[in-house]
Amino acid sequence: MKQISGINDFVVKFANVNGSGSASANHLFAKAIFRMDIPVSPRNIFPSNIQGLPTWYEVRVSSKGCLGRRGGVDLMVCVNPQSMEKDIASIEPGGYFVYDSTKPLEAHLKRDDITYLGIPMTEICMREFKSPRLQQLLKNVVYVGAMAALLNIDFPILKNLLNDQFKGKEKLISSNAHALDLGYNFALETFDCPLPIRLQKGGNDAPHILESRHILMNGNTAAALGAIYGGATVAAWYPITPSTSVVDAFAKYAARLRIDAGTGKRNFAIVQAEDELAAMGMVVGASWNGARAFTATSGPGLSLMSEFLGLAYFAEVPVVLIDVQRSGPSTGMPTRSQQSDILAAAYASHGDTKQVLLFPATPRECFDMTVQAFDLAERLQTPVIIMSDLDLGMNDWMSPPLEWDDNYRMDRGKVLDAKALDNVERWGRYLDVDGDGICYRTLPGTHPDKGAYFTRGSSKNEMAVYSESGDDYVQNMDRLLRKFETAKSYVPAPKTHPPIAVETPKTTLKLGALFFGTSASPAYEAVEMLADEGFSIDTMRIRAFPFHESVDQFVHDHDLVFVIEQNRDGQMRRLIINECEIPPGKLIPVLNYSGTPITARKIAREIREALSAKSADVVPLHPETA
Amino acid sequence: MSYIKPKFRHPGLPRNALGITVAEYDGAISTLCAGCGHDSISAAIRNACFLSSIPPHRIAKLSGIGCSSKMPTYFLGKSHGFNSVHGRMPSVATGASLANRDLTYIGVSGDGDTASIGMGQFIHLIRRNVNMTYIVANNGCYGLTKGQDSATADLGSISKSGAANSFDGIDLASLALLQGASFVARSFSGDKEQLEPLFRAAMAHNGFAFIDVVSPCVTFNNHVGSTKSYAQTREHLDVMPLDYVPMRDEIRTQYDAGTSRGVTLHDGSVIQLRKASVDYQTDDRNAAMLAVQEAHDDGRILTGLLFLDPNTQDLNQNLKLAGKPLNELSTDELCPGSKVLNSINEGLR
Repeated sequence: MKQISGINDFVVKFANVNGSGSASANHLFAKAIFRMDIPVSPRNIFPSNIQGLPTWYEVRVSSKGCLGRRGGVDLMVCVNPQSMEKDIASIEPGGYFVYDSTKPLEAHLKRDDITYLGIPMTEICMREFKSPRLQQLLKNVVYVGAMAALLNIDFPILKNLLNDQFKGKEKLISSNAHALDLGYNFALETFDCPLPIRLQKGGNDAPHILESRHILMNGNTAAALGAIYGGATVAAWYPITPSTSVVDAFAKYAARLRIDAGTGKRNFAIVQAEDELAAMGMVVGASWNGARAFTATSGPGLSLMSEFLGLAYFAEVPVVLIDVQRSGPSTGMPTRSQQSDILAAAYASHGDTKQVLLFPATPRECFDMTVQAFDLAERLQTPVIIMSDLDLGMNDWMSPPLEWDDNYRMDRGKVLDAKALDNVERWGRYLDVDGDGICYRTLPGTHPDKGAYFTRGSSKNEMAVYSESGDDYVQNMDRLLRKFETAKSYVPAPKTHPPIAVETPKTTLKLGALFFGTSASPAYEAVEMLADEGFSIDTMRIRAFPFHESVDQFVHDHDLVFVIEQNRDGQMRRLIINECEIPPGKLIPVLNYSGTPITARKIAREIREALSAKSADVVPLHPETA
Repeated sequence: MSYIKPKFRHPGLPRNALGITVAEYDGAISTLCAGCGHDSISAAIRNACFLSSIPPHRIAKLSGIGCSSKMPTYFLGKSHGFNSVHGRMPSVATGASLANRDLTYIGVSGDGDTASIGMGQFIHLIRRNVNMTYIVANNGCYGLTKGQDSATADLGSISKSGAANSFDGIDLASLALLQGASFVARSFSGDKEQLEPLFRAAMAHNGFAFIDVVSPCVTFNNHVGSTKSYAQTREHLDVMPLDYVPMRDEIRTQYDAGTSRGVTLHDGSVIQLRKASVDYQTDDRNAAMLAVQEAHDDGRILTGLLFLDPNTQDLNQNLKLAGKPLNELSTDELCPGSKVLNSINEGLR
């Protein structure tokens, strides 16, 4: 049997029982690799359950710094009998299977093309620890210790991490350290350590990651910090996975960073609302009154908030909404990732609406774009929705460190204060003075005689007076379109990368790939894989809606454009078709909607297949240059 | 409705402590039906704000959807207004109040807007004790959609179509009492003498003040057989008269012994309970619930200040907000800066 081998380049997956304490042990494993300066991307694949159902933790190690999922598993650590049969079947030929050998493995679980590494985890823990709780919990730490020996994890780094993880709980440090030793020593004595797949400090080809001193954080925490730095003072929310930790993190940082020095009181308000309707209502009320306010939710919450998103769009109230997407429709798979709220968000609410969307792809972008969302919402006087997802929001990602420019000042947009109102001759809330579709706002309480108006979800004229005149309505709706056009110059432009040179191209077609958010990392990796096979693909990562003109241009400049996204209906593809003047047939959907994040291998496979099926029918755009 | 509102005002109109006349508190001309009870409520709000000398621009008016929710257009034209979505005014008011604790907030809603589509938000607004005055113009029917029964229509009340309502009505004042509202009152749109002092006291109250105002719908619910018609309401009122005495006027106001009893609000102003209500205990929530229920059982409508706890903590206090309104904080006050961010980065390595 040929064993899989490789330095700093493999996928390890842990199969655990939910609620058994595996999360912190598995995190320890990933963090140790991170501290060894080796690119690593861990992912929690968990059930909608507190205790008892199967849960997995997949750790990608990539010397090149690929942080998306690769696909396939090289080493499986299995401590959950419920899922063992499928887990074993999912291991790549030549891979490894680490299991609790306290009880012998049943015969039907034997494969002859993988290596079995049995560790009597239960037996060791029963022998070494007295309390049933520790016997259970430390099984997880025993296998992490064994993995350190098998994969060549720097053992002192691993042990030091215990001090961080259990700060203030010294008793736990010693028992955990003992459990690590037990696993480590058992593996060293029993197996030929390290395995052909292993870690090695410095054995990387990812200078961009190592030189920038990456951090390891999840997108929700980063977005929460963005809200702190962006000056949010009101957070109203309703708990929903996977967005809950946004407000949890906001509360944690605000309690530290937003306390009034003189009084010890708070310069922030967090309200857990009765539902998502109320959460969004509070954000609308606070923003209308001049505070920076936000909420975080996921699909079902977005549906409920649509009513208020329509009001905010039409009455032109700034709103910041962080949508951490999960699998829909309805309750869907609440703990699985998708990018399937694109259309619901872009056209949220009844009537003609267009909402501003931002698509972060890294925690760093979650931070930057949340700050930016507050500026955009106030500048454009409209909702701005940050389209994160469970994969980005809840998993730890290696990310460039967060950066801050101390010269930053909040852009409050066109707001008239008392002095400005004194100087203005004729003011109307919906008068388009500057021709950019953005009008001048006033805040309640500003001026004794000027600037008061009625905010409403019903039609009005330029002076904010209720109106059922068709002319007034059309003028207003057209101005809102003009404003959306203006938004294009404010939202972040797409990112493009120079194409990878291919020595002997297999096709004369000009190929492009469009993607966004968490589809980006595996998409870049797939494009590299395909370049090795002779397909040169230009890439564009979309970062906002309304689309920048370059999106249109990108589609025009290519014969075929693959739109890579994580939903069933190709929602981004549809949005592009809807909003750009392009023949739909050029856009080939590359989709993944199983709930687990899309893999580079799947993207490459689908593009490969599409190319072999399509090439014959497509006439190149510019045959003379091909 | 009439279409022309005269701008001319008598030069001798009385002026309040701010030196302005009641005209400064006017709104646009009402587009409600002639004789609508809601217009009397609008007038009472206008007068109350004038009498209490609140600067019009320091008041924010909020409403939901329905006839009632059109009302804020018809008073306080110099105040910002927000006509939000159906049943959701409470959440908008909550957010607004958090953003700027220094304004006076008046919410106007109806029985459909509060007791049906907005029931959830209403209850949670009470629970949070948002510092605002919440007025329900209660006519027992859906006026804008032509007279369907609302959830506050009394059992057996005959609708315009001639059908008797077969469901028990929801009593919003009882609900507010049960949920712990710190100021609960009921009144009648035809009783200006009672409405004005109630509104003034409600605005002076630090916390959530709820006033259920029976306000007959002249078009769809003012016929024989309706329990919320003008005639029926007037006949069955149990009025507890009262005066509102602002703190600064307290010394100058005299009542004959035994005819009046004062209840002091958080800001030092006093509500004087007069005549029939002199023995009513406004600080006893259970007694209030009982009194409302007994009146209801007798087919009477008890109006007046039903309950008051002047020393509650409003939402801003409960959340320990610092004194400066959140909407006035600058970038420097809100943004922790690069040094802090660098240390956060360090903690994530």
